[in-house]
Amino acid sequence: MGLEEKIPEGILLTTVDKMTNWARKSSLWPLGFGLACCAIEMMSTYGPRFDLARFGMEVMRPSPRQADLMIVSGRVSNKMAPVLKRLYGQMPNPKWVISMGACASTGGVFNNYAILQGVDKILPVDIYVPGCPPRPEQLIEGIVKLQEKIKSESVRRKKK
Amino acid sequence: METRSMTLNMGPQHPATHGVLRIQLELEGETVLKAYPIIGYLHTGIEKTAESKHYRKVIPLTDRMDYLAPMSNNLGYCLAMEKLLEIEVPEKAQWARVCLTELTRINSHLVWVGTHALDIGAMSMMLYGFREREKILGIYELVSGQRMMSTYFRIGGLAEDIPPDFDTRVREILDLFPSRYDEYEDLLTNNPIWRNRTIGVAKISPEDALSSGLTGPLLRACGFKHDLRKANPYSSYDKFDFDIPTNDGCDVYARYLVRLEEMRQSLRIIRQALDGMPEGPFVADAPGIVLPPKERVLSEMEALIFHFKIITEGFCPPEGEVYQGIESPKGEIGFYIVSDGSPYPYRMRVRPPSFVHVGALDKMCRGGLLADVIAAIGSIDIVLGEVDR
Repeated sequence: MGLEEKIPEGILLTTVDKMTNWARKSSLWPLGFGLACCAIEMMSTYGPRFDLARFGMEVMRPSPRQADLMIVSGRVSNKMAPVLKRLYGQMPNPKWVISMGACASTGGVFNNYAILQGVDKILPVDIYVPGCPPRPEQLIEGIVKLQEKIKSESVRRKKK
Repeated sequence: METRSMTLNMGPQHPATHGVLRIQLELEGETVLKAYPIIGYLHTGIEKTAESKHYRKVIPLTDRMDYLAPMSNNLGYCLAMEKLLEIEVPEKAQWARVCLTELTRINSHLVWVGTHALDIGAMSMMLYGFREREKILGIYELVSGQRMMSTYFRIGGLAEDIPPDFDTRVREILDLFPSRYDEYEDLLTNNPIWRNRTIGVAKISPEDALSSGLTGPLLRACGFKHDLRKANPYSSYDKFDFDIPTNDGCDVYARYLVRLEEMRQSLRIIRQALDGMPEGPFVADAPGIVLPPKERVLSEMEALIFHFKIITEGFCPPEGEVYQGIESPKGEIGFYIVSDGSPYPYRMRVRPPSFVHVGALDKMCRGGLLADVIAAIGSIDIVLGEVDR
């Protein structure tokens, strides 16, 4: 009924949302930057055994201007917090944040004067990955969850 | 024509600074006039936090300083505490510790060779290094259940007895790794690009090396045969037969050769440790300090009380101060602990090798090219978690 019967074969119909989200979720470009211990597990995730390239994620961008995902991998000190905020500000929209590990999510074992008790105090976090440090499988799980989240977003609603 | 120097900021977010190191560079064209490292972006307050924790609860904090070599940090702290408490560690625990810290040395050097080569442009090395590293992380997981932050050593010995298939799993590594090291050598040692980027780069004179307090592979790459495992043996290192590789090059290439040979020597030590692994208890007989085994806690009143007291109140070592330095993969890591007789350390001070080595960065980079700063940072093998603590 309707339009579908009239169009020739070989043409698929979809919505703008689905199309855009499919493109966005399949090519997340993370900011190539690590903070502490979790960064080493993040590197293992990019490494040969866990091979994050399977999820279209391996293009690390050293510059925030070309990245759309920030993985906060490790403890954020009070001295580093403004730098992190500036890096986030430099990333173009739409952008997402994964808080990797206990320290980034809550401060972890370091409940003291030096460490920011959770990066969500300064950045809007989409996914929290628990663990100290999380295993690479956990990070991959977090990324897959983020991809699902992106699928349900709409281009009309301005992100953040 | 009038010329003036330019100040360039590098970091704290920079792919080649191995974390969050920031360097202020003064340049004249491409030549570095001054390299001024600015640290503190990962300051965690570990030393201060330790003052509010029971002695045995400090061990997990030490893991998170040099996160590439967690077992070395554990060992340094545990040895310092054992010195303070005058505990004799059983031989089996000592040999298992040697075996595991040498695996840690290889682990740390593998990350170093991967990231250092990646910075200089040999990208595939990172994949090779991390491929082998997974094997060692497998051993960590086997003994402690955690891939990285193992916290396997305890004051007085080990957390658990070494598992039954530990021996076979480590021997697999011993058989596999020599050929893998040969692969690295094939890729790098005679590679003209690698040699051009490293030979004669980031030199530091032996005198400067001594006056800057360099230790570990950096000092040995300046021709000094100094290694705490030989100079001041701990954890029965004196019973093992191994060589200390040195090189007179004083440059990045010399440090590369020294570290590569160290990885081979570590395999030698591990093989001896496995062959001669003594039988016996894995933890010292020190009631009130070492947790009693779980079966006894569940069946004996006295053991239950000790368990409860150690967990809730900790233990009180005698008043005094103690320093213990060990040879970590990066250099001498030392723990200085002051006890006032309470269950909490009055002060814990760590002498981290990376922190001292960052201080020598200026001497290495001065007069060199901007691109060589990357090679210098990589060759120092810094871990910011240890620099800033």
